[in-house]
Amino acid sequence: MDISGINTKKFITPGIIVLVLALLFALPLYVNLYTVVLITSILMYVVLTVSWTIFSGSTGYLSLAPAAFFGIGIYTSAILGGQMPIIIVVILGGLISFCVAALVGSLTLRLKGIYFAMFTLGLVELIKHSLLWYEIKFTGTRGRFVILIDNETIYLIMLGIFVVLLITAYLIKRSKYGLALQSIGEQEEAAAHSGVNVTLLKVVTFGISAFFMGAAGAIMATRWTYIDPMIAFNVFFSFMPVLMAIFGGMGQLYGPILGATAFAYLEELLLTKFPYYYMLIFGIIMVVAILYLPQGISGLIQKLWRRMPGGKSANT
Amino acid sequence: MFVTILDVLIAGLLLGGLYALIAMGLSLQYGVAKVMNVSHGEFIMLGGLTTWSLYTVFGINPLIGIIVCGPIAFLLGYGLHRTLYKKIGLSSETTGIFESNSMLASFGLIFIIQNIAFKLWGPEYRGYSYLAFPVDIGGALFGANRLVTLGFSVAIGIAFYIFLARTRMGKAIRAAASDSPTAGLMGVNINQVLAICFGFGAAMAGIAGVLISVSYPVNAAMGLEYTIIAIIVVALGGLGSIPGSFIGGFILGVIGSIVTYFEPGLALAAYYVIFVVLLLVRPKGIMGK
Repeated sequence: MDISGINTKKFITPGIIVLVLALLFALPLYVNLYTVVLITSILMYVVLTVSWTIFSGSTGYLSLAPAAFFGIGIYTSAILGGQMPIIIVVILGGLISFCVAALVGSLTLRLKGIYFAMFTLGLVELIKHSLLWYEIKFTGTRGRFVILIDNETIYLIMLGIFVVLLITAYLIKRSKYGLALQSIGEQEEAAAHSGVNVTLLKVVTFGISAFFMGAAGAIMATRWTYIDPMIAFNVFFSFMPVLMAIFGGMGQLYGPILGATAFAYLEELLLTKFPYYYMLIFGIIMVVAILYLPQGISGLIQKLWRRMPGGKSANT
Repeated sequence: MFVTILDVLIAGLLLGGLYALIAMGLSLQYGVAKVMNVSHGEFIMLGGLTTWSLYTVFGINPLIGIIVCGPIAFLLGYGLHRTLYKKIGLSSETTGIFESNSMLASFGLIFIIQNIAFKLWGPEYRGYSYLAFPVDIGGALFGANRLVTLGFSVAIGIAFYIFLARTRMGKAIRAAASDSPTAGLMGVNINQVLAICFGFGAAMAGIAGVLISVSYPVNAAMGLEYTIIAIIVVALGGLGSIPGSFIGGFILGVIGSIVTYFEPGLALAAYYVIFVVLLLVRPKGIMGK
């Protein structure tokens, strides 16, 4: 371990992060609207992916529920939007998602492996179809209109969610809870025997990750004028965070951010260049990423870094 | 009143036959090859749309479509396992990692297959009329095409069960299902057997697609719904249990038919409620070990 390397790392990394965040906050002042909208979508995927990784990345429970919590946020915004300030709607969207996640989590987090993945996928579909039935039967319409908000506000709130999420994820990773989550992922019974309150920790972390997904949904809903259950609870939003996290690599905090940014930008690029083949190319990239990049981009970066002369200090 | 009950029950059995066939295919892929193939429904869709093209363009009888689609789907599934899933299996350290990675890879396959189908057939619903005359069963009327569907599902289910129970290959498959590394040590060519299982699963999906297209219109986006139904039935019957999937399919079909009778919009929601309750109360399923 090279001491000088760690010392410089200690000052340089936070400095760069603060600088980047400051630039991002000032962004609407010096770029055009298209870029602001594009970066909002990228941030949305980053928030979904990083919050997915907080829970599933460390514990190894493959959750396919992001779409459920994202959709709950969207519907919170569709129902409450315009009645109260948007910030409160966003926080409420997050809190409702947190409560649903805590309830669902306390019931189901004892399911292991593929059962949990299937259950969470079923949850998305259950909410979607029940809501669709309710809307058609009782409100007489399929979808709802959402009160619009200007794009800069959406951008700033999304960035705010991202910053809070980043701090939360960092604090969890650095604390004893992060270690406990890691130990659950490695060997759950051993973690329980070492005095970790496994159930409580899993439920709370599941809830925290759902909070950010719900908040992201609540703010994104204001960008789509019209929503219906099929749009809000699209399973696409369940699989994307998983794919992006795998693509980026889950070992480091920057992995999911990198993966989500790369993928979201790629999505935009493909959507504008090859609108008819974009999903097809997407599927191919997904299969190839799983085949050839099992550790993701961050794993690849670390591997290359270690091979470089004098790059050993990164291996901590 | 009696006619209504009979009506609902038979409709449920007709639907259940399809569900059983779809679920048996997935059960084979998950139970033996350990691949939670979420692109299962896409093979159903391919079977359905291919049959539509064969019937409307070339005038080929849909039941002959079974002979065409079954083997093609088998080869596709076999090839996929020999290339894609085998490679994932080699690079995954544990079964858990293999299960999640192969599931995600098959999600990628959904995008690929579905979009190729959109290119070939477009997004429209494709339907044709074949054997669409009514048959009277105890006062209730049913389309002959749906009875044909049920007949084929049951026949294929029974034939496959006999294959598993009586042949040497069936024995190898059962051995691989209970413990594939040990089966490999006993001289079973395990990669071959797993790929054949995966191929059989795909073939059942393809045939189910043919049978669905006989009774219902099909389109390129229909796959995921059937996949989810298959997953629910497989969980209901017990992961990896072929007879369980067969029985589970009929149970779910009857439940679906009863719910549809009272509240048509809630059939899918009811399936999920059953699924969720089942996972909580008895995650092993009705026939699981």
